[in-house]
Amino acid sequence: MRFLSILEPLTRPLLLLLVTAIDGILKPIQQRIGVNKMGYFFVLPNLLIFGIFVLFPMLLNFYYAMTGGTKLFPADRPFVGLDNFATLFDCENFSQPNSCQEDLFWRGIFNTIQFVIFQVSGIVLFSLITALVLNRNIVARGFFRSVFFYPVLLSPVVVALIWKWILQHEGVLNAILEIFGGESMRWLLDTNWAMFWVVFVSVWALMGFYTLILLAGLQSIPPELYEASSIDGANTWQDFRFVTMPLLMPTMFVVLVLSLIRAVQMFDQIFVLTGGGPGTRTQLMVQYIYTTGFSNQIQLFGLSAAASMVLGVSLLILTLLQLRLGNQSSLA
Amino acid sequence: MQADRISIGQFLSRRSGGKRVNTADALTYLYLTVGTILMFGPVLWLVASSFKTQAGLVKYPPPLLPYQQVQVDVEGFDKPLPLYTVTGEDGTVSELAQVRRVGIEAQMVDPAEPDAEPIKVNIRQREPVEEVKLAWENYFDPLIELENFDFFTYLKNSVLVTTFATAITLVINSMAAFALSKYRFKGRDAIFVLFISTLMIPITVILVPVFLVITSIGWKNNLWGVIIPGAATPTGIFLLRQYMLTIPDELLDAARIDGASEWHIYWRIILPLARPALAVLAIFSVMWRWNDFLWPLIVLSQNDYFTLQVGLNAFQGELQIQWHYVLAMTVVTLLPITLVFAFLQRFITTGIATTGMK
Repeated sequence: MRFLSILEPLTRPLLLLLVTAIDGILKPIQQRIGVNKMGYFFVLPNLLIFGIFVLFPMLLNFYYAMTGGTKLFPADRPFVGLDNFATLFDCENFSQPNSCQEDLFWRGIFNTIQFVIFQVSGIVLFSLITALVLNRNIVARGFFRSVFFYPVLLSPVVVALIWKWILQHEGVLNAILEIFGGESMRWLLDTNWAMFWVVFVSVWALMGFYTLILLAGLQSIPPELYEASSIDGANTWQDFRFVTMPLLMPTMFVVLVLSLIRAVQMFDQIFVLTGGGPGTRTQLMVQYIYTTGFSNQIQLFGLSAAASMVLGVSLLILTLLQLRLGNQSSLA
Repeated sequence: MQADRISIGQFLSRRSGGKRVNTADALTYLYLTVGTILMFGPVLWLVASSFKTQAGLVKYPPPLLPYQQVQVDVEGFDKPLPLYTVTGEDGTVSELAQVRRVGIEAQMVDPAEPDAEPIKVNIRQREPVEEVKLAWENYFDPLIELENFDFFTYLKNSVLVTTFATAITLVINSMAAFALSKYRFKGRDAIFVLFISTLMIPITVILVPVFLVITSIGWKNNLWGVIIPGAATPTGIFLLRQYMLTIPDELLDAARIDGASEWHIYWRIILPLARPALAVLAIFSVMWRWNDFLWPLIVLSQNDYFTLQVGLNAFQGELQIQWHYVLAMTVVTLLPITLVFAFLQRFITTGIATTGMK
């Protein structure tokens, strides 16, 4: 932050002027309403932006979900009741996306479920192993921690491009495979492999974040407990099973819930990496919301809003589940 | 004494030393090595590839380092000529420069004797002479002459969005956190719960109505449309409020007795004291905004307003991907975040470990 101090002679007088001006306006107000009510003033800017761009849209979303047409402005949109939801849920057989009117939506749901299951287990497994490894007495722990964390900071677009480059047909992965006698593949165009790579890349990009949380959890376990367990003659596995795991459970739970909630909303990385393809193999729910409302020629805002409410409800259920189970686990 | 020693020995052996644990140590370092290659290798590969020429990029299997064919200046020719190693019929090896190629025959000249008659060589007999050379033009071309990729504009937009959004977030979030932690007023707790309850509701759930609001204000294809909607972050409020709760109220009361106004208290006491929390939020906000993709993608549909992420996505989505430029621009896009990380690593890691948020 040192380099910012160069700007100080410039910004300081300006800021001072601004701050004094605000103070001049506020003083009479404060005298009028009293000290405690000044709280309203301080919370106001945030509340205003929050109200206009979060709260109001949340309510408006219900209206959109119940109107049809392709016009954006609410007044131009005919009321259709629950038609949008009926369209989304118009299926002969719910286990077969092909039999649904909005087959893309159902494919999105099935793909999302599949993605979430594999991605979350991958993240929990690998971030736990990595955290356990980093928690040992190793040399250059700070360096290794950074190595595993670094991809977290990269933007989804950058992450996707890095891997698109590696996974392309003339890419380095195929070259390495061929050295070892493997066969080169079009990884991202293969229906079986595309989902694997989409999961792999997002685990690669995100696991460092959860590793860090688990590492903090591990380090908060008092060393005396291990001392005690070793006096009792516990071996490494017993240490892990009866000391580490029970005490790490609350942190594991946080990791599980956070990664679940984020996995359900997955979009940008996959969008750049595969575009949802091959076909619709890696198209998830959020991409359906985006394409239906914004990138298709005919913009079906109502359908998009209805689908986003389905997403919202699933997130709500996950959050409530977290509160429920979180309370239980803290009681236990 | 003896018992003590054993228990300490066992305690240590949980981590290092001792026969059984040596395999564990070996496994640990094996895991770390493989992990380092997997986590860091792809980024290094991106950087190495970004310095290859367009011709170098299509080579398969790809060479590890960026090679380019050596070009030599030969007297009597305007342009530098590519250099080849030529193996003659009799097995002699010489380095010749190629003047032109006709079918499977190349006319070559010895750079040492430019005036001699061109030598005709079958192209199978020649191998290009290569050297490691960085193709900086991948980085500089997009700055000047690329038609569909206006790098400077995107960079400017990204910087504007990131700085303004972060500044606004810091100011309004800290004001709100101050109000919610230090004042008693009616509805305070309700407002706090309202803010926090949206912690788990992402913008993906309300894309359409927020888009309407933005359009009505006239902020479509306007950077404000990207900056403002995400400014009132619940994460920031939560983080700052928790921190400000630890600032003793007596401090504020003392200032009030000295005649300080509430605004003065906010500006002169709360903000300086909350600096560590503000720093964490600032870093988060920079990360969020610099990497933001879906919302800018919706708001910005004209090339002139693209941020780097949106521009990069559009550029890589073209029919013929110009990988040499895409890779170089990807490196440029990840550079600022990498620098921030290198310098402020400690802040970021402790910030995430203590708040559990990103």
